[in-house]
Amino acid sequence: MASISLKKLNKTYGALTVVHDIDLEIADKEFIILVGPSGCGKSTTLRMIAGLEEISNGELVIGGDLVNEVPSKDRDIAMVFQNYALYPHMTVYKNMAFGLQLRKASREVIHRKVQEAAKILDITHLLNRKPKALSGGQRQRVALGRAMVRNPAVFLLDEPLSNLDAKLRGTMRAEITKLHKRLDATFIYVTHDQIEAMTMADRIVVMKDGHIQQVDTPQNLYDRPVNMFVAGFIGAPQMNMLPSTIERRGDGYAALFDGRELPLPAHFDKNRIEPYVGRELVIGIRPENLHELPPADIASENLAPFDAVVELAEPMGSEVHLNLTAGGRNLIARVSPRFKAKIGDGVKLVVDTTNMQLFDRETERSILY
Amino acid sequence: MSMSNSTAAASGAPATARRPAKTMSRRRRQVQNALVAYSFIAPNFLGFAVFTLGPILFAFVLAFMHWDGSNAITFAGLDNFWRLFEDKAFIAAFWNTIIYTAVSVPATLACALGLAVLLNQKIFGRDFFRTAMFFPYVASLVAVAVVWNMIFNPEMGPVNMILYTLGLDPKDMPGWAADRHWAMVTVILFGIWKSMGYYMVIYLAGLQGINSELYEAADLDGANSWQKFLYVTVPQLGPTTFFVTVMLTIQSFKVFDQIYMITQGGPGTSTLVLVYHIYNEAFISWDLGYSSMIALVLFFLVLAVTVVQFRRQKED
Ligand SMILES: Nc1ncnc2c1ncn2[C@@H]1O[C@H](COP(=O)(O)OP(=O)(O)OP(=O)(O)O)[C@@H](O)[C@H]1O
Ligand SMILES: [Mg+2]
Repeated sequence: MASISLKKLNKTYGALTVVHDIDLEIADKEFIILVGPSGCGKSTTLRMIAGLEEISNGELVIGGDLVNEVPSKDRDIAMVFQNYALYPHMTVYKNMAFGLQLRKASREVIHRKVQEAAKILDITHLLNRKPKALSGGQRQRVALGRAMVRNPAVFLLDEPLSNLDAKLRGTMRAEITKLHKRLDATFIYVTHDQIEAMTMADRIVVMKDGHIQQVDTPQNLYDRPVNMFVAGFIGAPQMNMLPSTIERRGDGYAALFDGRELPLPAHFDKNRIEPYVGRELVIGIRPENLHELPPADIASENLAPFDAVVELAEPMGSEVHLNLTAGGRNLIARVSPRFKAKIGDGVKLVVDTTNMQLFDRETERSILY
Repeated sequence: MSMSNSTAAASGAPATARRPAKTMSRRRRQVQNALVAYSFIAPNFLGFAVFTLGPILFAFVLAFMHWDGSNAITFAGLDNFWRLFEDKAFIAAFWNTIIYTAVSVPATLACALGLAVLLNQKIFGRDFFRTAMFFPYVASLVAVAVVWNMIFNPEMGPVNMILYTLGLDPKDMPGWAADRHWAMVTVILFGIWKSMGYYMVIYLAGLQGINSELYEAADLDGANSWQKFLYVTVPQLGPTTFFVTVMLTIQSFKVFDQIYMITQGGPGTSTLVLVYHIYNEAFISWDLGYSSMIALVLFFLVLAVTVVQFRRQKED
């Protein structure tokens, strides 16, 4: 059992607090990913869990035990470092065996576990090499192998894929996910790559400036961001943010942006919207919800016309990203490659408001969630 | 020259009448460039030739001559060489040099490394201690040796006072520099103390080059401080240790000044080392031929040890 709880965890350097009151409950065998922009305190949080960084304030509980003062080696964790941190003078085999040797495992046990891990990671043929004779991807596997052989209850991974090229990153992503299923351990994974976060995590923790912004499943984070930061951070291209006002329309509401009227879907909570009537707020529309008029049979019932001027068209193959301006704002729409639009053209698009977001202008918090 | 040849070959078939002239001028330019380069090297090389290379070659020749420095030089054949085996002082000096090196190289290395590891930690007064440890290296040897002689004075030096207070019988008290059993120890201790600060600085630089993630990885692997030192620090410092070993070995084989200051090779021949013997033979006995032969032995000794060390380094 290795559930982990972080209770009001703080890290301060002198007068500077880099991690603020982190509260987080991580279930046993969960795959948790910490994301956030550079310098937001992801590594620091992970390193506090690892015991590499002292906890300035708060409690860290692993498997029911308070471990604030427990040294790293007794926390039943293993860590994969961003730069791998393999011992350069040891062979791959020794690198993987080292932790077991120090823990006085028998030679047979060490041999069996190293061979086992090497087989899973497909590095058996590299066991006698030194790290400097390996490629980045191979080093990455060895680093994973070194963590695996000890069967730790918790794996900590700090941007393990950031040194790999895009293709290899894709492969390793899938492999780490498989590894997680296979190893039955809790994974805490740090990245600033939101694709990694979305594809691998059971739950994502979005951080900014040392504060947790939101903790939720990838889909919920995408559909129901609690504030403008999370909405903008998750999803590529970024969510379009438009200043707007709310007005009553019959027994519903509509958001007004530069003369365009976007009726709010009926499922939006009226009690939350009512206080904003007549006030300015920010609406958020994901690029995939701004597109050409779809065929009638698959059209959503919440479509509102939206015209804009094309600034740039970026063909992605399967779709085209249109950079647009409307009412002095820049937006991005995702349309089909068959949609013909020239630069400078005015185009008639529609907004699917089903998943539209509403944010308070001052607090930047979501009005809906 | 080879460059102009290859360019000429590369331009190949469509050769024109202009080609030879062009090659000539290029060649001339190259010669000019080389002359400029040599003219920059020349002053330094002249100094080296006159003050180092010349004397070394002269000493090589002199090893097979008789010469007292003022009368004519006469050919000696292998006389000087055979004399080595009968010269008790030489044999003592040879073994003393080996012993001095064999003890002081690892001991200095260990002290320098230990100090570097200690003073690489965030301890109070770190900068002060770093300076204090480096100080003997820059201090004047003469002044330092005088103080050292006082501290280790058998009758009234503080070291023996402390030993006395600790309950050591005055009969068993080490006589340090004046005692033939302790003189070598004294000289070695002095050598360690004098040079460990310098090598500590080199080790400090080496330590700071070690990736701290390796220690963190070792922490997670369950290594204690000693195991981290053994399995991370020591291997990571390999190149530094090699450099320090070579420098220390050469320095130890050439040890002279501290022996001159503390024991003058005595008592008896107990601290007589090769360079001191060379000095005695050359400038006390004025037997320059024989002293050159001893210098030749020392030269080959240093060469042999250094070659072995480089070979071993390459194997790793
Ligand atoms: N020893 C230190 N002293 C002072 N500030 C520090 C120290 N170590 C880290 N910080 C600060 O703590 C903050 C969080 O750093 P951290 O390494 O956790 O960021 P991160 O989220 O991992 O960023 P990245 O994505 O760039 O790795 C940064 O602003 C950093 O400058
Ligand atoms: Mg980081």
